[in-house]
Amino acid sequence: MIQVRLPAHLRNLAHTGSVVELDVKEPVTQRSVLDALEEQYPVLRGLIRDHATKKRRPFVRFFACEEDLSHESPDAPLPQAVVEGKEPYLVVGAMAGG
Amino acid sequence: MSGVRVLVGTKKGGFMLTSDDKRKQWEVSEPYFGGWEVYHMKASPADPNRLYASQSGGWFGQLIQRSDDGGKTWEPVNNEFAYVGDPGTHQYYDGTQRPWEFKRIWHLEASPHDPDTVYAGAEDAALFRSQDGGQSWQELPGLREVKGHLWQPGAGGMCLHTIKIDPNNPNRIVVAISAAGAFRTDDGGETWKAINKGLHSNFELPDPDADVGHCVHSVAMHPSRPDTLYMQKHWDVMRSDNAGDSWYEVSGNLPTDFGFPIAVHAHEPETIYVVPIKSDTEHFPPDGKLRVYRSRTGGNDWEALTEGLPQSDCYVNVLRDAMAVDSLDPCGLYFGTTGGEVYATADAGDTWQTIAATLPKVLSVEVQVLP
Repeated sequence: MIQVRLPAHLRNLAHTGSVVELDVKEPVTQRSVLDALEEQYPVLRGLIRDHATKKRRPFVRFFACEEDLSHESPDAPLPQAVVEGKEPYLVVGAMAGG
Repeated sequence: MSGVRVLVGTKKGGFMLTSDDKRKQWEVSEPYFGGWEVYHMKASPADPNRLYASQSGGWFGQLIQRSDDGGKTWEPVNNEFAYVGDPGTHQYYDGTQRPWEFKRIWHLEASPHDPDTVYAGAEDAALFRSQDGGQSWQELPGLREVKGHLWQPGAGGMCLHTIKIDPNNPNRIVVAISAAGAFRTDDGGETWKAINKGLHSNFELPDPDADVGHCVHSVAMHPSRPDTLYMQKHWDVMRSDNAGDSWYEVSGNLPTDFGFPIAVHAHEPETIYVVPIKSDTEHFPPDGKLRVYRSRTGGNDWEALTEGLPQSDCYVNVLRDAMAVDSLDPCGLYFGTTGGEVYATADAGDTWQTIAATLPKVLSVEVQVLP
């Protein structure tokens, strides 16, 4: 199972704990993980990615295995540790705001 | 015994202030949607328990929340606001053309007759309508066809912030956009026309009398006389007696005619209220005195209302959607400030009290009287 860690605002909206587990078919990519996340929690549609373009919202970041994957291709394979559920895929609100 | 709910949208959440019809003792709710910007909360006139809220934020964008039990519980409804077709471009601050891009919902206006019909005013400017209680939204694209390429953002963004539905004729709707002007449909939103004749923007536009481009801050309509409209423009307080076909200035003896909100008394269609602000560059009251000005003559002759309002060292602003009137007698008036205070009067403005003092920056104020 893929583990996805959500920030507080999205946790509250999805009524989940900080980590959700998703069953994602291979190849496991950022796109397939986020598709599965939105499928399981429809309230998150449009909040992480634009509804139409599916592009990452500007102040959302994606981390995994101590790497910033925000600018990687959404169709690139995720690290094996994420695929195996040993490391979480992090959806993060960027440091910004006031 | 009826009650009063004041719905306050702030920079960090929504709040509900409640009182009985005497409007003396107030309770402040816990925040709704804490940490999010709540641009607007609005109750359905057709069902007092149906509330809508616009919840947004820089990180995660836009949500619309709906309550069917007067705010006890909320449910996120659809948040997809898709422009019809290729929306093209609009003018940007630097004079270049920028693609239309959805940013947020500034204002929600529920139908006077149907709790499931609600309009949403967007930035970048467009009008959306839901006829299923927010489960889906459709743009009314005819509005953007009124010289949309010449519209431009005001300092707060290119937002559709005012939606006035004629209570006697739901096919007639007036909207206002910064900085584009006022527009009206007479066919339920299919086609629109600019209604800016008589507006003069001498320092904001190369053609002061242009069809579009005026920075309208807010528009007020009295339900018993919907053809009479009052407008707080960037500068100038204006009035129309023909549903916006033409406007004339009624700033009269105001200390400054810059400001944001304008409201009309619930039972006296010629009694109107504004909050003068020093200037377009200094967004606070003149002389550090927070004064509401009232005209009982539909404009031109204004009196300052000060009792209960801070009369020294006050440097807050009152934003365009942050003033509302209730329907009780005597009429109540409410407004919120960028300093997080909410003031109320239960005697049409003669005396004021602070009903919340330490909220986040207030973005909007609405009020509903419960049966």
